[in-house]
Amino acid sequence: MAKTLYEKLFDAHVVHEENGTALIYIDRHLVHEVTSPQAFEGLKLANRKLWRAASILAVPDHNVPTTDRSAGVAGISDPISRLQVQTLDENCATYGVTEFKMNDARQGIVHVIGPEQGATLPGMTVVCGDSHTSTHGAFGALAHGIGTSEVEHVMATQCLVQKRSKTLQVLVEGELGLGVTAKDVALAIIGKIGTAGGNGFAIEFAGSAIRGLSMEGRMTLCNMAIEAGARAGMIAVDEITIDYVKGRPFSPKAELWSAAVAYWRTLHSDPDAKFDTIVSLNAADIQPQVTWGTSPEMVVGIDGRVPSLDMAKNEVQRADWERAYAYMGLEANTAINAINIDKVFIGSCTNSRIEDLRAAAAVAKGKHIAPNIKLALVVPGSGLVKAQAESEGLDKIFIAAGFEWREPGCSMCLAMNADRLEAGERCASTSNRNFEGRQGQGGRTHLVSPQMAAAAALAGHFVDVRTFN
Amino acid sequence: MQAFKQINGLVAPLDRANVDTDAIIPKQFLKSIKRAGFGPNAFDEWRYLDHGEPGMDNSKRKINPDFVLNQPRYQGASVLLTRENFGCGSSREHAPWALEDYGFKVVIAPSYADIFYNNCFKNGMLPIILSPSIVDTLFTQVDASAGYQLDVNLETQTVTTPGGEVYAFEVDAFRKHCLMNGLDDIGLTMQQQDKIKLFEQKHQLAQPWLFN
Repeated sequence: MAKTLYEKLFDAHVVHEENGTALIYIDRHLVHEVTSPQAFEGLKLANRKLWRAASILAVPDHNVPTTDRSAGVAGISDPISRLQVQTLDENCATYGVTEFKMNDARQGIVHVIGPEQGATLPGMTVVCGDSHTSTHGAFGALAHGIGTSEVEHVMATQCLVQKRSKTLQVLVEGELGLGVTAKDVALAIIGKIGTAGGNGFAIEFAGSAIRGLSMEGRMTLCNMAIEAGARAGMIAVDEITIDYVKGRPFSPKAELWSAAVAYWRTLHSDPDAKFDTIVSLNAADIQPQVTWGTSPEMVVGIDGRVPSLDMAKNEVQRADWERAYAYMGLEANTAINAINIDKVFIGSCTNSRIEDLRAAAAVAKGKHIAPNIKLALVVPGSGLVKAQAESEGLDKIFIAAGFEWREPGCSMCLAMNADRLEAGERCASTSNRNFEGRQGQGGRTHLVSPQMAAAAALAGHFVDVRTFN
Repeated sequence: MQAFKQINGLVAPLDRANVDTDAIIPKQFLKSIKRAGFGPNAFDEWRYLDHGEPGMDNSKRKINPDFVLNQPRYQGASVLLTRENFGCGSSREHAPWALEDYGFKVVIAPSYADIFYNNCFKNGMLPIILSPSIVDTLFTQVDASAGYQLDVNLETQTVTTPGGEVYAFEVDAFRKHCLMNGLDDIGLTMQQQDKIKLFEQKHQLAQPWLFN
């Protein structure tokens, strides 16, 4: 029978299935400091062991400072953050888990380092106590975020109790315009189907525009599947996938490599596979996107305006928009390119990879941030991304343009460390969530691509990167 | 995990769609390495007028009188009535921990984000899905009568209003079984460890590169 990619991946991992509830086997478990301490504690209290320690890769990323780290973990000024990072270090040592510690050159955001190391491979089931685990679906893997109880469950049993999701195919056909990125595709899709549009579904992104994306673009897109409500997003394996995986530290070598590749080439939906729902977008219609409100679905093209209440589809949305206007300090019909900003954040598991930094640097090169910009941060996704960027001189371009060049971590995406917005500050951010308070209490977040963030930093307001000189 | 069978609980209305996990429990409180104690910081940014940080004495903070959960009539509520896509955003289990620690045992909404929905069941909380029109009716009734309580029965899968209207809800049979009996998922799965080992051997033969 013809199967979708999701069905192939799910079926290949079923240990047991009964009355619609399945126990599925987990190949890779990524762990960070925020959602793991209670899981390790639970194991300890119940006197349970890790089922397969080698399946776990751990890294501190949410709490780590992005400034000087020469004093090590002891130098983390917030004592509660410090304890959380120390707890991860201790737990990994006790249980024999591979961890890239804070000052390891390979440290970085968990969703950046997994693929970078080849720890994420096609065909895998990948979980992490973090909703942006959907990122790894870019490799033709079944990857999704889990809660801490499930983190403990996977640690103890290598399995998860799951029900099958419905399948949603998002088809993006045609060619993306110059200056239009995977981030814009992700936001345009969320604008179309809403943040609850993918609830209960696993999304497969397909079509010529998706096949044309690099692996990094595909990760950006799958990363934001969760913002459309889908726990898992995925893309079929092709030559671009295989080329990316080849030669990475955890990737298969020698004869295992050819066996793996032969299997990976089967990881696509069969031509006559049936999806529960199909949504189509025309790539050529997608503009650079800017969110205006407090949910990723509150998004318009750079040429657009903050929508007015008469455009709301119902009373619930009208109330939502009214609250968003008030929180964001914006009025209906305001032109997006007339919105001034205070801060800029280039980073996060969505947009902190080398291609993101190259794209932002290309815009910033030889220019300077506008006088009204109080802070413009560039936070690479990992130590290796940082080193690569420095070898290409991108750090110098950013610094000369007035940006700060920081150490890797989640940083101001969620502001668990010292990087945050103050109340009322407005930020152009390459992250994934513009919820109230996300980047700091009272902070106002506008989600954009790295190019658009860099252009906004230079102009001091949102501007169309396609025509910005 | 505590078992859940039936409650008759005071209802608090949170009339917002897309309430996200950052709103339910702001990130600064995620630095804790404990499971308990998040209740005083549930909805922190809406609930208090100042900026909350871990370690503060919450009883001394100035509360926001306009936030619905701070109204005297909703004190002691154990049923949270809210709108669509509740719990969207991050996978942080701190969100259901905070709600549970606050005193909620049941959430009623037209829809939920998947991860949040799943996380509730792991913590003895019941997320109930009712149609938008029934939820509308309940909002109207809660608003109209102080002390409004709902009877929630997991066994019969029903919500009964003070006026005697009975609304049926769906719940997955396995989740219901675990919740009614307070069963620990890990313990249940460990009973299948022979099957897991067998699968693992087969899986390793088929894809040995996964076990390097």
